[in-house]
Amino acid sequence: MSPYFHSIRIDTEKCDGRMKCMRICPTQAIRVRTGKATIIEEKCIDCGECITACPNDAIIPMTDPFGELAKFKHTVALPSPGLQAQFGKDILPKRIIAGLKKLGFDDAFDLSLTCGEVSFAIQEYLREYTGPRPLIAIACPTVVRLIQVKYPALIEQLLPIDLPREVAARELKKEKSKELGIKEREIGIFYLTPCPAKMISIKQPAEKGRSYLDGAISISDIYGPLLSALEDTEKENYRKDLEDICILGMGWAMVGGICRTLRLKNSLAVSGLGEIIKVFDDIERGKLRNIDFIEAYSCPQGCVGGSLTVENIYTSHNKILKLIETLEFEQIKACPDIREVRKLYKQNYFFINGKFEPRPLKPLDKNLAKAIKKRKEKEKIYESLPKIDCGICGAPTCQTFAEDIVKGEAKLTDCIFNLPRKFAKLSHELSELLDKSVSLDSIKSNISKAQYKKDKK
Amino acid sequence: MASSDLELSERFEISGSDFSKAGTISTKIKGILQEIGIESSVIRRAAIASYEAEMNVVMYAKRGTLILNITPEKLHLKLEDNGPGINDIEKAMQEGFSTATDKMREMGFGAGMGLPNIKRNADRFEITSEPGKGTSLNIIFCLNRA
Repeated sequence: MSPYFHSIRIDTEKCDGRMKCMRICPTQAIRVRTGKATIIEEKCIDCGECITACPNDAIIPMTDPFGELAKFKHTVALPSPGLQAQFGKDILPKRIIAGLKKLGFDDAFDLSLTCGEVSFAIQEYLREYTGPRPLIAIACPTVVRLIQVKYPALIEQLLPIDLPREVAARELKKEKSKELGIKEREIGIFYLTPCPAKMISIKQPAEKGRSYLDGAISISDIYGPLLSALEDTEKENYRKDLEDICILGMGWAMVGGICRTLRLKNSLAVSGLGEIIKVFDDIERGKLRNIDFIEAYSCPQGCVGGSLTVENIYTSHNKILKLIETLEFEQIKACPDIREVRKLYKQNYFFINGKFEPRPLKPLDKNLAKAIKKRKEKEKIYESLPKIDCGICGAPTCQTFAEDIVKGEAKLTDCIFNLPRKFAKLSHELSELLDKSVSLDSIKSNISKAQYKKDKK
Repeated sequence: MASSDLELSERFEISGSDFSKAGTISTKIKGILQEIGIESSVIRRAAIASYEAEMNVVMYAKRGTLILNITPEKLHLKLEDNGPGINDIEKAMQEGFSTATDKMREMGFGAGMGLPNIKRNADRFEITSEPGKGTSLNIIFCLNRA
């Protein structure tokens, strides 16, 4: 059993080995041997790229079905700010909350105010922080896992301030259990998620603590039913509904959304794994020491670009921007009380429970001397390969194939380019062998044998 | 195991003034170190030192080479360039001292931290230089893991 839980699963019935997932995987965690895709669990960082790439829908995000609600006495929906991004300023959080209740949740809670509180808490932490910079936001579980796996030296730069969804879920459980006179574990809090990665951060938090959330339901699963439920909800007082929204928290779903709430001279916002890797390489070289804070999202444009969203990612990004513009235009400043946040901050209200640990990939060998030897073998093998990354061997690149060979997980003959070479060698050996053994007499006898066979037919 | 089996050696060419490729060698080195399972704190120090050394070649020399040599005991980075050389090594080792041009500074380089930073991150550091001919560095990290 692998020690890692993953939020994606391959349906082997549906998989027909077309390798699209293998080629797109940013950590080379997929192999397609014997015609089916498999995931190397230690390498997977749950980015979800493979889900979108699969033409057969054979890679399934492991979000919770609606039926999970029945396991709890009281259920609460906690929509990701990414859900608001699907609707923009046309349908405000208050109506969405009403719609979610119609769908069967006992309650629903808008996260924008908690996001605002957490923004203030990050500001407090940055003020007193003296360690290596930049600090890196933990909003994207894939980014946290990328650091654990590929940049273990940057672990200490992960921001230890908990996520709004966790803070809100923890407080909601306390409040509701008091209010309703039931146990905290009888309350089910479900995150409405834009991506499968949030699911692992609930089932197996990177910081080894426990999540206060009980599950995650995909935005794409809930979008259709929610739309019809919204039809029945009444448009109330638009201006009044607008006043309930915390402008600080509204941007949390898009790239740059956290940075814009912090008063920082030097911060960066990055999205897309390829870009993140470039930036993290720079941090590791000590190049970005003058930057205080970095927020990074594996999905392009941030959570609005999650693989479980519905709207076009640029449209939803724009919808959030327009909503923020409207709030600015209407001069609505429903913000948390900073003095209150400071008081809570001092009581450790906002800190994560647990610690991030590195999860470095297994080296070629545990013994350094053997690892050095294997690395040399690997280079030798790689040099003999065609270096065109065709993938026919079942590994995404010639480099990974060479690595698989020295690890004993693949054979050199799996490379199709090695076959003709092997056949050429074999046929050469065979003809040499024949040259040596064949004499004139036997040729004659062969002719007569062949003749005999012909006659018999 | 033959002793040559215990030694991993790789040679990288660095071209001067090629800022677009600067940093790629230190990334490659980091990849190799991760593959063979070097401790992450050593990897980070080696990444910083090799990057600073690579940048010095890019900034000041026309050409340079970096030779990576790993044995189970130590990690050795040897750099040689054909740059202008350093007149006063003692001065060059001071934090904040830099002969970088305004243009280099505009690009965020030349804060006078390069050489001191390499020394700080390495377990052993040697520098020799001949004005007009070039500079060579020996940067060593111990790998003896208890």
